[in-house]
Amino acid sequence: MNFDDTPQEAEFRATARAWIGANAPKQYEDELRKSSLGRTVLKNANILEVAKAWQKKKADAGWACLHWPKEYGGRGSSPIERVIWQQEEGPFGQLSRMFIIGHGMCGPTMMAFAREEHKRTYLPPLASGEKVWCQLFSEPAGGSDVAGLRTRAEKDGDDWIINGQKIWTSGAHYSDFGILLTRTDPTVPKHKGLTMFFLDMKSPGVEVRPIKQASGASDFNEVYFTNVRIPDHQRLGEVGDGWNVSLTTLMNERSAIGAAVSTGFPELFEYCSSLMLDDGPAIEDRAVRSKLANWAVKASGLKYTSMRAISALSKGERPGPENSIGKLVAGSMIQDVATYALDLQGASGVVSGEDAELAGRFQAMLLRAPGTRVEGGTDEIMRNIIAERVLGLPGDIRVDKDMPFNKIPTKGRG
Amino acid sequence: MNFDFSDDQKQLRDQARKFLAEKCSPKAVRVVLDGKAPYDKELWKGLAEMGFLGVAIPEEFGGAGAGHLELCVIAEEMGRANAPVPFSSTVYLAGEALLIAGSDAQKKKWLPAIASGEAIGTLALFEGKGNPSPKNIKLTAANGVLNGVKKPVADGAIADFAVVAARTGSSGRDSDIALFLVDLKAAGVEVKSLTNLDPTRGQAEISFKDCKAEPLGAAGEGWSTLSQMLDRAAVLCAFEQVGGSDRALEMGRDYALDRIAFGRQIGSFQAVKHMLADMYVSATLARSNSYYGAWALSTNAAELPEAAAAARISATQAFQHCAKNNIQVHGGMGFTWEFDCHMYYRRANAMALGLGSLTYWEDQLIDRMRKKNAA
Ligand SMILES: Cc1cc2nc3c(=O)[nH]c(=O)nc-3n(C[C@H](O)[C@H](O)[C@H](O)COP(=O)(O)OP(=O)(O)OC[C@H]3O[C@@H](n4cnc5c(N)ncnc54)[C@H](O)[C@@H]3O)c2cc1C
Repeated sequence: MNFDDTPQEAEFRATARAWIGANAPKQYEDELRKSSLGRTVLKNANILEVAKAWQKKKADAGWACLHWPKEYGGRGSSPIERVIWQQEEGPFGQLSRMFIIGHGMCGPTMMAFAREEHKRTYLPPLASGEKVWCQLFSEPAGGSDVAGLRTRAEKDGDDWIINGQKIWTSGAHYSDFGILLTRTDPTVPKHKGLTMFFLDMKSPGVEVRPIKQASGASDFNEVYFTNVRIPDHQRLGEVGDGWNVSLTTLMNERSAIGAAVSTGFPELFEYCSSLMLDDGPAIEDRAVRSKLANWAVKASGLKYTSMRAISALSKGERPGPENSIGKLVAGSMIQDVATYALDLQGASGVVSGEDAELAGRFQAMLLRAPGTRVEGGTDEIMRNIIAERVLGLPGDIRVDKDMPFNKIPTKGRG
Repeated sequence: MNFDFSDDQKQLRDQARKFLAEKCSPKAVRVVLDGKAPYDKELWKGLAEMGFLGVAIPEEFGGAGAGHLELCVIAEEMGRANAPVPFSSTVYLAGEALLIAGSDAQKKKWLPAIASGEAIGTLALFEGKGNPSPKNIKLTAANGVLNGVKKPVADGAIADFAVVAARTGSSGRDSDIALFLVDLKAAGVEVKSLTNLDPTRGQAEISFKDCKAEPLGAAGEGWSTLSQMLDRAAVLCAFEQVGGSDRALEMGRDYALDRIAFGRQIGSFQAVKHMLADMYVSATLARSNSYYGAWALSTNAAELPEAAAAARISATQAFQHCAKNNIQVHGGMGFTWEFDCHMYYRRANAMALGLGSLTYWEDQLIDRMRKKNAA
């Protein structure tokens, strides 16, 4: 067991640090450092443009998507080098959140299932942030139950014709491409009739309508498809094998999102270290200390769990379903942390935005947090995954499992 | 960076697991639980023969001279097996005290005896209610003679010697506290067994009346040695707690697969599945925090105090959480004496108090984090 850099790791760290020191957009460092989940991060600049510029600069110098192969725009780095890079990139890493779906889910799915020429064409501009990708899975009828989706793909010569509707698609309004899960055969059980594609979001017949979120922001969208044509060579995996393809995406989603979710703890600790309560410093209050200690060990537990996963990865083991715990723990923690920070603010905690304590950092966190517990699989789905795939407990009873899709009774929204 | 035990260490873990599965079945644990023996002497002897008691003791003092990472993997297995032996008192507390502060002569006398299983040691710190703190130590030491009462002392009734925390002054500073080594067969020592939450590891009250004792370490350094001891023991106990958590989770999982109700395995009910998933989550967080503690312990890193407190809190919570929900998963069966669930429930709750309660460690953690942030 060893936490120190090996000589090669130390050298890599020094090179990365020097490059970041010379190239990062320093003018945004302070704002990025103080930003936290839920807050629009830059006041006087378009975050997407800043993020794209930083990503492009990294790509040109070989620092984008470090773990991807070089021929697809990466650096062919080891998992540990990736961690070192993240440590050194610090607050500037916040900017890559704009690309998390493309880099974390669409890219790996393309790598596993696209034709070689497509990988070489589409992956480098995805890595460099020049092209942004989105993930078109969820629908009104299928969120947790992804396989319940209804968007149809019908063969027409060498093309497929797509009709239907997706929902909650993050970033669709600024995406260039998307991976799309469709139903190609409604007469077989639901998991068997799915097929995956990728498509150009500018294709005729694609319409993106932003949805206003509970937090007030509009990061996700509805996407409508009316007779959209996708050439067959943009299919990912076999016809009818879309469920398997999507499992690759979802597995990557859990490790990408799980590793990226913040817990809110460092922010809360910093806050309590300077906050004065009626009867003295918050950090000396028994009750505050107890709360902090409990969250501290969750946050450190998550940190070292991910380091254990990285050590396993670097020995060639595959990332497993145990990665589900990252988002499960962090998701409800950030919600509780934000609630508590506001409790400490007393009546004034109700004020949000620029006039609030710390420019409304914890208020923004509170309002964004419910989404964290839903996106990328709800808490309940995460627990099911742990129970079934890690602990080996029986799957839930699925009454529709063997039924042809078009015979499944429907009711509810959509 | 490599955040895992080595293959050799994992092999040692497998060896310990196999040995304990054979020599420390729940049936063997029950002999002690039911009060038929104060501890499992056969097992104790076996542990000595395997070299487990002296794994972190240098070879020159009769140990295997491996190290603390090796001790951590063995600790995990001791916890998994719920072993009814004075392992933590002797190895993590008395043994570590000698390693930290013992003179050469003291080490020569006691360490080989620990490694060979001849001597059981313990720490006599507490005096009734309260957590570790210099001001809670009232027992006095004057001219090498101790007077006062310690309670509870883990494994006090079976120990051969104790490290005793005593007051040598009244300045109100930490330097008032000194440590002493006491042969518990000496004149002036009186030991009384106490019933306690976990009979597989006894507790005692020990009175010292004009009892002769030899100093352990320098006079004014008793408290600083004690804090180091508690930090080191916190990491090692955390591994026992992680082992116990894992076993409780495993028992719950197995029962959930076995027991049928409403025509289904109860493990197919989501409420039960989710309870087990949450047990897995807490056990995993505890394990990861403990690994960090193990690294800090084995390298004597400056991070040890903070890492130890985090491991302690996380592992205490996980073991209590897993042990209590294991009973819940077992339903009425879980609440019978006959099922083993309560052994882990007892051990989890007893261990939660042994080195000072959660409240104490929460305080420690926050103080240490503040210090780090200020630096
Ligand atoms: C901020 C945000 C961004 C998102 N971005 C994207 C995106 O980019 N692309 C995309 O495709 N999707 C996206 N999603 C959609 C997301 O994946 C789904 O919302 C999520 O999987 C839940 O599905 P649902 O909304 O249909 O909820 P439902 O499935 O209707 O769930 C409702 C409730 O029922 C519970 N439930 C459902 N099934 C079970 C079960 N088997 N056991 C126990 N409880 C169950 C859920 O846990 C939940 O509490 C996003 C969502 C959010 C909030």
